[in-house]
Amino acid sequence: MNYRGIYAIYKFEMARTFRTITQSIASPVLSTILYFIVFGSAIGSRIEDINGITYSSFIVPGLIMLTILNQSISNSSFGIYFPKFSGTIYEILSAPISPFEITFGYVFAAASKSVLVGLVILITSSFFIEIVIFHPFWMIILLVLISITFSLFGFIIGIWADDFQKIQLIPSFVITPLTFLGGSFYSINMLPDFWQKISYFNPIVYLISAFRWSFYDNADVSIFSSFFAIIFFLIICLVVITLIFNTGYKIKQ
Amino acid sequence: MKNAIDIQNLQKSYPNGNQALKDINLSVKKGEIFALLGPNGAGKSTLINIICGITKKNKGKINVFGLDIVKSYKEARSLIGMVPQEIATDSFEKVINTLKFSRGLFNRPSSGEYLESILKSLALYEKKDHQIRTLSGGMKRRVMIAKALSHEPRVLFLDEPTAGVDVHLRKELWKNLADLKKNGVTIFLTTHYIEEAEKIADRIGIINKGKLIVMDTKKELIEKLGKKTLIITLNSPLKVISRDFNDYNFELKGNKLKFFFDYGENKKSISKLLNDLIKKKIDFKNIEIEKTNLEEIFLNILEK
Repeated sequence: MNYRGIYAIYKFEMARTFRTITQSIASPVLSTILYFIVFGSAIGSRIEDINGITYSSFIVPGLIMLTILNQSISNSSFGIYFPKFSGTIYEILSAPISPFEITFGYVFAAASKSVLVGLVILITSSFFIEIVIFHPFWMIILLVLISITFSLFGFIIGIWADDFQKIQLIPSFVITPLTFLGGSFYSINMLPDFWQKISYFNPIVYLISAFRWSFYDNADVSIFSSFFAIIFFLIICLVVITLIFNTGYKIKQ
Repeated sequence: MKNAIDIQNLQKSYPNGNQALKDINLSVKKGEIFALLGPNGAGKSTLINIICGITKKNKGKINVFGLDIVKSYKEARSLIGMVPQEIATDSFEKVINTLKFSRGLFNRPSSGEYLESILKSLALYEKKDHQIRTLSGGMKRRVMIAKALSHEPRVLFLDEPTAGVDVHLRKELWKNLADLKKNGVTIFLTTHYIEEAEKIADRIGIINKGKLIVMDTKKELIEKLGKKTLIITLNSPLKVISRDFNDYNFELKGNKLKFFFDYGENKKSISKLLNDLIKKKIDFKNIEIEKTNLEEIFLNILEK
C-alpha cells in the first residue's frame, strides 16, 4: 500500500478546504442560520409539533443531510475533476499509486470535510434549539457512512464530467430535489397515501429517516431498511468505481 | 547491464483511428541522455505518456530498469520522473508544498533537506514559500522539473522541456540536465529543436508519423547521414575544369569550386582531390569545409 501517497492526496484536499474556509465552513453556517430564521422561527412557530418534536428541532437532521449530501458530492467531484481540467492529473496517473488508493485519498478527504460541516451545522443549531441526540453512536456512524457513500458518488460524477456544468447537473437536478422531497422538512407520514408510496422510491427518504432516528428515536421507515439502502448504494458506487478504473473510462485513452 | 528503458514492438492507436505509434523498438542505456526528435504529431508525447502510465498501449512490452510497466507498475513508476509538455500546476499551492505532495505521492519519506537541494539547484529556493501562480512561466516549468525530481527518480522524462523557453533559460536547463546525468540519472527527452539534441544528447532517435526512423549516437548519425562540402576559392576564375575531375561530385561557379562528399568517403578523397588540384596546376587561395548539421540530416530524413 502506498500510504504516503494516500496521505499526500488527503492532505492536499484538506489544504484546499482550509484555503477556501469561507466557502467551505462559513457558507453552510450562514445557510443554517437562515433556515432557522425562516423555517424555525418565522414559519416553524406556527407549525404543530411532529411526533412530539418541535418543528425547529425536527428539521435539524434534515438540514444536516441536505448540506452533507451536497457537500460530499461537490467536494469529491471537484477534487478529481479539477486536476483533469487543469492538467495536473498527469502526476497522479504517473505515480506508483493504485486506483483504489487514489479513490481512498480523495473520498476520505471529501467525507472528512462533510462530517466537519455536519458537526458545524449541529453546533450552530445548538444556538437556536436544545439538541437532543438519542443514539449518538449511530448518529456519528450514519454521518460518516453517508458522507463516504456520497463522496464516492461525487467521485464518479467528477470522473464522468468533462465540463463544469456536468458537475453541477446531478446535485442540482437530482440530489437537491430528492432531498427536499425526501422529508428534510416534513415527515413522510404527513403526505397523502399516494405520495407516501411514491416517496418510498426516493432513496434519500431512507437516509433522512435513519438520521432523524439517531436524533429522536423515531423514523418514517424502518431503520433496517435504511441501513440496507445506504449499504446498497455504497456497494453500487464501489462497483462503478472499480469498473471505471478497470476500463480507464474517461481517465486514460 | 540492464538498460534503463527497453521498448519492444510498441503499438498505439487512438479510438479516433489515429495510429500514433507503429511498432516501436527502442532501448535507452543507463545514465545516457536520449533525445527523441520529430515534428509535431509524430508520436513523441504518446510514447512518453505510455511509458509513464498516462496513456494505455495497445501492444508491445516496456521495461524500465527491467521492470514491466504494467505488471510491476508501482516499482517501475517509482523510478520514473516525468515533466509533461504543457505547464500544469496547482496555482494556489506553495512551491515547497507541491514538492512535498509529489514526494509523498511517490511513497517517499519526507526529506526537507533533499527538496531544498533541488530547489537550490533549479534556482527556485528564494521562491519556496510563494504560491505557484505568482511565478513566471519559466519558473513554473522549473517547478514541474523539481516536482519530477522530488522523489529521486533514476530516469527522467521531459516532453519538450524547452518549448517556448528563452535562450538563457534553455541553456540553464541544459546545464541542469548535464548535472543530473553526472549524478547517474538517465534522461529521455523529446524535442523539435535539433540544436537541443545536438548539444546535449548522447544518442538520438528520429520519429515521424509514429515510426522510429533512425536511432544512433549523435556522432554516428552525422557520420552516416552527414555530408561535407569542400569549398575552394581559386586564384583566378575558371570556365571549365579538366575531365579528370568528373569522378568527383562538384560545382564550379567563377572562382568558387565546390566538392561534395559523403562522410564515409571523405578521408582519402580530400587528400586525393588536393593532389589532383596541384597536379592540374589549379591555384587556390583558400579552403573551407562545411559540414551538414543535424538539422539538415533531420530534414533530409523526413523528406525521404
